[in-house]
Amino acid sequence: MTAQGMTILGGRGNACLALAAVAIASMPLWASAYHMQLASTALIAAMFALSLQILAGAAGLISLAHAGFFGLGAYTVYLLGSVPLAMSLPAAMLLAGAAALPIGSLALRTRGFYFLMTTLAFGQMLFFLFHDTPLGGGADGVFITRPSVYWPVSRAARPAVLLLLNLTALTAMYIALWCLMRTMFGHALRGIRANEDRMRAMGHDVQRLKLAAFVLAGTLAGAAGHMAAMTDAFVSPELLGWHRSAEALLMVLLGGLGALHGPILGAAALILVREAGSLVTERQRLIEGAVILAAVLLLRRGLAGKWRQ
Amino acid sequence: MTGFIAQLLNGLQYGLLLFLIGSGLTLIFGVMGVINLAHGSLFMIGAYLAYVVAGATGSFWIALPAAILGGAAFGAMLERVLFRHFRHREHLDQVLLTFALILLFEEGRSALIGNQFHSVPVPAALDFSVPVVGGFAYSAYRLAVLVICLLVAAAMVLVVERTRFGAAIRAAAEQPDMVDLLGLDARLIHTAVFAAGTALAMLAGALAAPLQSVQPGMGDGFLILSFIVVVIGGLGSVAGAFWAALLVGLIDTLGKVYLPQVAGIAVCGLMAAVLLWRPAGLFAKG
Repeated sequence: MTAQGMTILGGRGNACLALAAVAIASMPLWASAYHMQLASTALIAAMFALSLQILAGAAGLISLAHAGFFGLGAYTVYLLGSVPLAMSLPAAMLLAGAAALPIGSLALRTRGFYFLMTTLAFGQMLFFLFHDTPLGGGADGVFITRPSVYWPVSRAARPAVLLLLNLTALTAMYIALWCLMRTMFGHALRGIRANEDRMRAMGHDVQRLKLAAFVLAGTLAGAAGHMAAMTDAFVSPELLGWHRSAEALLMVLLGGLGALHGPILGAAALILVREAGSLVTERQRLIEGAVILAAVLLLRRGLAGKWRQ
Repeated sequence: MTGFIAQLLNGLQYGLLLFLIGSGLTLIFGVMGVINLAHGSLFMIGAYLAYVVAGATGSFWIALPAAILGGAAFGAMLERVLFRHFRHREHLDQVLLTFALILLFEEGRSALIGNQFHSVPVPAALDFSVPVVGGFAYSAYRLAVLVICLLVAAAMVLVVERTRFGAAIRAAAEQPDMVDLLGLDARLIHTAVFAAGTALAMLAGALAAPLQSVQPGMGDGFLILSFIVVVIGGLGSVAGAFWAALLVGLIDTLGKVYLPQVAGIAVCGLMAAVLLWRPAGLFAKG
């Protein structure tokens, strides 16, 4: 698994994804509000996991601070108060990226196990910042006013509007990353995961590439967090905790580290399994724990790897 | 002033509990190269075990050997069934495996005992206060925890530094290939170290049960702090973990009392500073 770089989909794979996107976009015509909300949850999870894939899949960096940036994006909505979407989304991305820059430049001075631990500590610092201080409205979380769209949205139309916004955001993120992975930057990042020393010997500034990936991933996680806050109209410090980071890693692993579209499959799979599991048992953690065990014990290449076979 | 002495003692006692958890973590990482994020859950299991055993037998003192023996058996089983196969897997797999264990342990606890908060009474023999200085008295049970932890720490240092088995553990941590060359059974060492680490975490949980409420997720805070202890002390170093645990215990306890808003950030910041300034650990030799 290590030697192999990350693949990106060709025309046929992307056509499949586009079909799925069309199916989701048509949901307001046939699905219930509940199912549209469920789809929104999955789309947000996919954005979050996709942002982590730049680090974990492309550059091979396992960060436990990632939920911190997701949560910062979400809390931006709370901190700004009632503003238009066109302002709150860029602000959320900016804030998350601005936090990722110093954290990344410190954490990336370490490698392997130490990188895991440093990112865990920084992620928990962000968590405590919102948990222990009055900055974010307290440890129990707060309800927020959603950023406004350009036209008034009725209560009945809200799940559909949010679904389409989330779908647009995920699509934009995927296309941007798909293009990015085809550039020199994308090739260099994937080179780091395959063989960091070789990349260094070839004259690449590995440190700067990693930092760029870290900040980009943090920025995109901020966007995902913003969409989560907007969809749920609620934020809590739990959004920043390391359990969330581990969940994102799970979606990445479920989908497969080796493919850019993997996290989208992983997020969809996890949300579906959870939903199906909640019909059978109330014990959510049992289902999730079993899914993880199955993934690490059996599914070494992820769902995307199965697809290729 | 007496308040400060009480907090100082609380900090030391908290730090020593952190040492019990962190020393197992650091040995397991040092010897096996495995990251165990579920180590905090083992602490939680120890506390619940103490609650159940003390409730069933009426004696808290039976709970301590039960936690040690039960922990050793549980740890040996976990190592044989799961961790052994994850020694050479990527960090991502280890993180997710142990994250899954956290979820399963919490769910198992919820299914067996429920989600209520419980309290374990301080053992009657130690339910009094000891005068320390002037008019200041301190809980006898807390002092007993201090003493027990110090005895365990001394025993660990003796075993690791002075016995043949300890030499084998150090060899396994520093030169894994040498263990085979010396004709030692590396797999047996791994099982023993994992069992000992689990027993220590569960003992810490049992000792902590009368000091705080026994509740779901009670190991979470301990997990993060004990990882910080391991990093500050240097991976694989028991002596480093000891001093780091005292430092972290004091900072966290005093911070929570005197600067509650920055306590959580302060300890994480300390760890980040150590990683950047002395990545091998604050107490590493040389």
